[in-house]
Amino acid sequence: MNEVEIADLRRLTEVIREKYNYDFSNYAMSSFRRRIQRVLELYKFSSVDALLKRLQDEPRFVKEFVSEVTVNVTEMFRDPSFWRELRDHVLPNILLNTQSISIWHAGCSSGEEVFSMAILLREMGILNKCKIIATDLDADIIQRAKSGVYPLKNMELNQKNYVRFQGQASLDKYYREEQGKVLMDKSLIEHVSFREHNLVSGAAFSKFDLVLCRNVMIYFNQTLQNNVLKLFHESLFKYGYLVVGSKESLIWCEIANKFIVVNNEEKIYKKVKD
Amino acid sequence: MSKFNLHNQYKAIVIGGSAGSFQVINKILNGLPSDFDLPVIMCLHRLKHVRHGFVEALNIKSSITIEEPSDKDGIKKGKIYLAPSNYHLCIELGNAFSLSTEEMVNNSRPSIDITLETASYVYKNKLIGILLSGANRDGALGMKRIKDRGGLTIVQDPSECMIDTMPAAAMKVTHIDHVLSAQQILELLLELHKKIKI
Ligand SMILES: C[S@@+](CC[C@H](N)C(=O)[O-])C[C@H]1O[C@@H](n2cnc3c(N)ncnc32)[C@H](O)[C@@H]1O
Repeated sequence: MNEVEIADLRRLTEVIREKYNYDFSNYAMSSFRRRIQRVLELYKFSSVDALLKRLQDEPRFVKEFVSEVTVNVTEMFRDPSFWRELRDHVLPNILLNTQSISIWHAGCSSGEEVFSMAILLREMGILNKCKIIATDLDADIIQRAKSGVYPLKNMELNQKNYVRFQGQASLDKYYREEQGKVLMDKSLIEHVSFREHNLVSGAAFSKFDLVLCRNVMIYFNQTLQNNVLKLFHESLFKYGYLVVGSKESLIWCEIANKFIVVNNEEKIYKKVKD
Repeated sequence: MSKFNLHNQYKAIVIGGSAGSFQVINKILNGLPSDFDLPVIMCLHRLKHVRHGFVEALNIKSSITIEEPSDKDGIKKGKIYLAPSNYHLCIELGNAFSLSTEEMVNNSRPSIDITLETASYVYKNKLIGILLSGANRDGALGMKRIKDRGGLTIVQDPSECMIDTMPAAAMKVTHIDHVLSAQQILELLLELHKKIKI
């Protein structure tokens, strides 16, 4: 097997940045290296040079490449205890101050997180009051999120999560099955706006009461994490909430002093300083 | 007395196993002195949706605190780390961890292969890999990567294992330096400890 070395990663990220304006140079080496290794195996490239050549010769390939190097694995109601906390404490708190809640899913992947949110909000009877924006840098995965079509085999895990979340109904109320697939109830995401947005280069585009960015920054190094956290700070209203993945933490970052920990177990933070 | 002929350049120890290796792990960890000087990084197969309990149980008797690292936490000497549930635990440059939610490998997340492979990429020949009992082949390829990069490979003696698929698979794909009982694995680590302290 061809071993991907750090020098190879540098050459790759440089070409992709110069030619296509995707900057992976601050992704975490360990996982990025594995993803590149995986792309080599998947497309049977004989070497990193062969991959580089394809990227240079065929501009269309870059989208596919971006889809493959990013990790899209996700679940509905991942970490059910977090979703309970959101329903029982965070959202009621936001509702004390505002009638219409604005929410940003940064790195929404195939949309399971967005559907989970919409289901939760509908069960609280406030879905219509919420403005949701869901973004990802991977254009293909956004299309999949918008379609709301998922493999039936994923639903066992999603159902289990929903039960642990203690939802009001049964998850199958929100979808129907067709030929080994499930089609989600599209009215759930009627008012969700899906957009392509790269956290690396992307500027702030709006202000939110709640930003979710779970299991996205784990693929970044700390330099990039710091930058992205500044972007989130800028994108939150004062006293707005930021949620990261269950094994991520904000306490070390440059702007940590502008947030307080609301729930350390579920990684819920609140912006308290501009 | 030097039974295992170890050098003193090792930087880390990685251990792979399953929830079924709990007793063995306990025996090894509880036998380590509190000033053990290398980081021990463990990846054990475990239930995906149960975030709590495992590390607490391991901590009851160990004199070294065992923790589940958060993303980008530094890897420190004399600490024991356990891969958190539902995340792959990778070793990053600059002595830090990195977590990943990527696809399961060998039906497992955390996958032992991933932890061993990323550790061997960073530590090269300064790594010791230990594979305990378990029911699937996860870890075998990781052990091969450790060997290929010059590290030391150890498996628990299959005859001592409840389920020997894991060590047996590793023995098939690569050279294993030591096939040892749990007690001998502990002795090796204690010998290493003495070497490093000198
Ligand atoms: C593992 S998924 C997380 C999905 C969901 N938030 C969850 O926790 O289950 C990570 C997502 O982050 C996206 N991503 C990676 N780098 C990004 C970037 N620079 N900007 C925006 N999204 C990015 C990937 O395309 C992928 O869909």
